[in-house]
Amino acid sequence: MGNVSSVTNLGRSGVADWLMQRVSAYVLALYTVVLFVFIIANPGMSYDTWAGLFGQTWMRIVTLMALLSIGAHAWVGLWTVTTDYMKSALPRFLVQAACGLTMFVYVVWGIQILWGF
Amino acid sequence: MLVSLYRYNPEADNAPFMQDIEVELPKGRDLMVLDVLNLLKEKDVTLSYRRSCREGVCGSDGMNMNGKNGLACITPVSQVIKKDKLVLRPLPGLPVIRDLVVDMSLFYKQYEKVMPYLVNDQPAPAIERLQTPEDREKLDGLYECILCACCSTACPSFWWNPDKFIGPAGLLQAYRFLADSRDTAQAERLADLDDPFSVFRCRGIMNCVSVCPKGLNPTRAIGHIRNLLLQRAT
Repeated sequence: MGNVSSVTNLGRSGVADWLMQRVSAYVLALYTVVLFVFIIANPGMSYDTWAGLFGQTWMRIVTLMALLSIGAHAWVGLWTVTTDYMKSALPRFLVQAACGLTMFVYVVWGIQILWGF
Repeated sequence: MLVSLYRYNPEADNAPFMQDIEVELPKGRDLMVLDVLNLLKEKDVTLSYRRSCREGVCGSDGMNMNGKNGLACITPVSQVIKKDKLVLRPLPGLPVIRDLVVDMSLFYKQYEKVMPYLVNDQPAPAIERLQTPEDREKLDGLYECILCACCSTACPSFWWNPDKFIGPAGLLQAYRFLADSRDTAQAERLADLDDPFSVFRCRGIMNCVSVCPKGLNPTRAIGHIRNLLLQRAT
C-alpha cells in the first residue's frame, strides 16, 4: 500500500487519516454550535441546568463522540506536525507517544466525568 | 540597479554568501532576468547558472527572484524588482551544486515514482491508440508541465519531506496519466499513492499555483487524485 510506509499514523492509509480529519472536524464544529446555542438559550444558567443537560444519554453520547473526535483529530494533526519538523526518529517517536498518551488519558478521564457525576 | 547574487563554490568557499553587484541597465527597454545574468557572466565567468532555450520552454533556469520562484528567461526585471534591487537565489530546498545550480535528483526521483508514461496492457493497434476529443481535453492543463521545479521547490511540504511527498510537479503528472482514457493502470497507480505522505502532505496552500510559469494548477490536480482515492476506498 503506497510508496511510503508508515506505522505510527492513525489510519494506516492516507485516505483514512484524511477522512477521519474531515469527519472529526465536522463533529467538533457541530458540537460547538450545540453548546453555544444551549448557553445562549439559558442565560444565567444554574449548576442544575448544566448538570441536567449532561445527565441525558443523548448529550453523553454526543459528548463522547466529540471527545473521540478531538483525540483522533489531534492525533492526525500532531502526527503530521512531528513528521514535518522532527527529523530524528527517537525524539519524534517519544513526542508521538507522549501525544498519544495524553489523548488517551483525556478520553478515559472524560468518560469518567461524563458517567461519574 | 543592485543585484544581490547567491554565490557558492563548494571547492573554494566554506559557506555560501551574497555578492552585491551594481548593474547598469540599458535605458528605454526592459530586460529579462536571464539577460541580467548574462551581463554579469560577461564580467565574471565563474558565475554558474543553467539556461538553454531562453524562451520558457526548456525549464532550465528556474530560480528564486526577489523571493519568488520563476523562470529567469521569461521574467521581466520590471516585474520582480523591488526598491531598485534584485536578489537572485537558487531554487529553495534542494542541495546547491554551485551558485544558482541545484541538484534536482530528489525532484526527478519523485517524478519517476508516478510512472510518467502511458501504461496499456492491450495489444498495440496498427496505427495509434485513439482518443475522443473530449477525453483528450481532459489532459489540457496537465501535459504542459516543463519540469522546471519552480512549484515543488516553493512547497513547504516538499521542503520538509522531499523524499516522501511527491510534490506538486510529480502529482500533476500522476493525474495526467490517471486522467488518460488510454491508460489501463489506474488501480495500480492509485494503490501506489495511498499512503500518508505521497499525496496527503499537500495542505492546499497553493504556492505551486502562484509560481507556475506555465499557469498550471497542481493543487486542482491533487484534489482530483484525492477524490479518486476516496472513491476507491469508500
